[in-house]
Amino acid sequence: MATAAEKTRERLSVAKTYKLYIGGKFPRTESGRYFKLTDKNGVVVANVCRGSRKDFRNAVVAARKAQPGWAGASAYLRGQILYRIAEMLEGRREQFTAELNRQGIAVRAAEKEVDASVDRLVYYAGWADKYQQVFSAVNPVSSSHFNFSVLEPTGLVAILAPEDSGLLGLVSNLAPAIVGGNTAVVLASASRPLSAISFAEVLHASDLPAGVVNLLTGYRDELTEHFASHMDVNAIVYCDGGKRAARQIQSLAAGNIKRVVERSGIEWSKPGAQHPYLIRDTQEVKTTWHPIGT
Amino acid sequence: MSVSALETRPILPDLSKVPAVDEVGVDERVARFCSRSIKTTAKLEALKLALSMIDLTTLEGQDTPGKVRQLCQKAIHLHDAMPGLPQVAAVCVYPTMVGVARKALEGHDINVASVATAFPSGMAPLNVKLEDTRMAVAEGADEIDMVISRGAFLAGEYGFVFDEIAAIEEACGDAHLKVILETGELGTLDRVRRASVLSMHAGADFIKTSTGKIQPAATMQVTLVMLQAIRDYFRETGRRVGMKPAGGISNAKLAIHYLVMLKETLGNAWMTPERFRFGASSLANDLLMQLMKQSTGAYQSADYFSKD
Repeated sequence: MATAAEKTRERLSVAKTYKLYIGGKFPRTESGRYFKLTDKNGVVVANVCRGSRKDFRNAVVAARKAQPGWAGASAYLRGQILYRIAEMLEGRREQFTAELNRQGIAVRAAEKEVDASVDRLVYYAGWADKYQQVFSAVNPVSSSHFNFSVLEPTGLVAILAPEDSGLLGLVSNLAPAIVGGNTAVVLASASRPLSAISFAEVLHASDLPAGVVNLLTGYRDELTEHFASHMDVNAIVYCDGGKRAARQIQSLAAGNIKRVVERSGIEWSKPGAQHPYLIRDTQEVKTTWHPIGT
Repeated sequence: MSVSALETRPILPDLSKVPAVDEVGVDERVARFCSRSIKTTAKLEALKLALSMIDLTTLEGQDTPGKVRQLCQKAIHLHDAMPGLPQVAAVCVYPTMVGVARKALEGHDINVASVATAFPSGMAPLNVKLEDTRMAVAEGADEIDMVISRGAFLAGEYGFVFDEIAAIEEACGDAHLKVILETGELGTLDRVRRASVLSMHAGADFIKTSTGKIQPAATMQVTLVMLQAIRDYFRETGRRVGMKPAGGISNAKLAIHYLVMLKETLGNAWMTPERFRFGASSLANDLLMQLMKQSTGAYQSADYFSKD
């Protein structure tokens, strides 16, 4: 028979500390700053890292280091790893659904978002060894040259993820960037950051080399300036944010002539929100003139 | 040898009287140096000072005259986009490359340093080491970086190591002598301290941590022990010996930690390229990138700085 002590014993819950994901590790923000994430009743759900410019700087260092290796991996391997990410996410369906639900999304809608995220990863995994054929060309020229154009990754892509779509929006912008051999530093949605950090755990378990994806949480107002001005960032993809932010990003990005990609007002749950042109957005066309005999 | 020469000959001190090093104390002290906050104008000054203390180094078997000339060009034109930068202190090369470096640096106030004495192992008879040194000096080296015989030192043949350093010092003539202890092979901080004392008494102008070929190379712990030895030697003899940590110091933040340690251990008299150097190759670019960050506000990319 159970004793009185056993009857009244309640298990202490073990809450997850939501941290950043930089260079294959989960550090806290170096700034020691956090912000409270509350649900619709005002109850605190989690303390989320308020990433600083120095966290961003560290993330860029990690992403730069990982870039040549990832770009050099075969297209087949990149596709396999993306598919592996999809598998890992599928296995954690319940966790992600519950987490989205805690961030204010109804259960049915949350399930749909997780499923769509898995499908999206599979979609881009399939494109890994195909987009090159679609976008490359042999060009007719009127001299004795064999002239052809192929795609090469832009390099290091900084992504300001959509604010409203915490998981699907993140996946929809991240997958096309990395499938093409880029490495990425992503600022997650500030109002729905939990899925992003849990998604980092999925990435971590998917044979994705450290540093290929780095995830930060924090305030967009504070970090946009550094995302746009960092000289070692080759492209910036920003989702929504309004005209003023767009202007700021575009003028600061001119410092090293970053590729600037704006994705505003896109409904990420629609099938039309996935297409290979999103891969091409962060690719550079390299044209070769190869001399041939007449 | 004349009587006066005998009197000025260096004498090996009793190394058993060298104080033991408290390793835990050293670790704690080093941790304190790393917690200092150096910002804005102080940071700017520190970055510039660190830059002026660099010995730009290339010590590879694959070095060619072209590579050495390229390094010298880097020393002369650190980053022309940013005016008002200090110069590096020296370019450090192998003896066979001294002539090339001398010529490339003609008309510039940058020293040529050469490693010598069968660098990096030091496994050669004394006459070969002396010839190596004389050749580097004859080619125009302003500074000689010699390695001690670690094997002999570890076997307890302190007299042998001492005489060797003294002989090389003599062969250097006017060139400054830096003595490399190769602390990564000495094993304990106690031995580092003893080797420092021995080298300074034998006539070293600088003591240097490492060749850069052995891991671990320079660490803050090892450097602190050597700085303390320099301080005690100064109190004893009144002679100021310089310090050169080398190998593994590749970013600006770490370099600033070293400068903090230098200032708090030896004071302002040592905060000059005459008495403190960084042996490094990639540190210069990181310092330059930090300086550009300070002036433009944007984080920098290695793509816009010359390779080293």
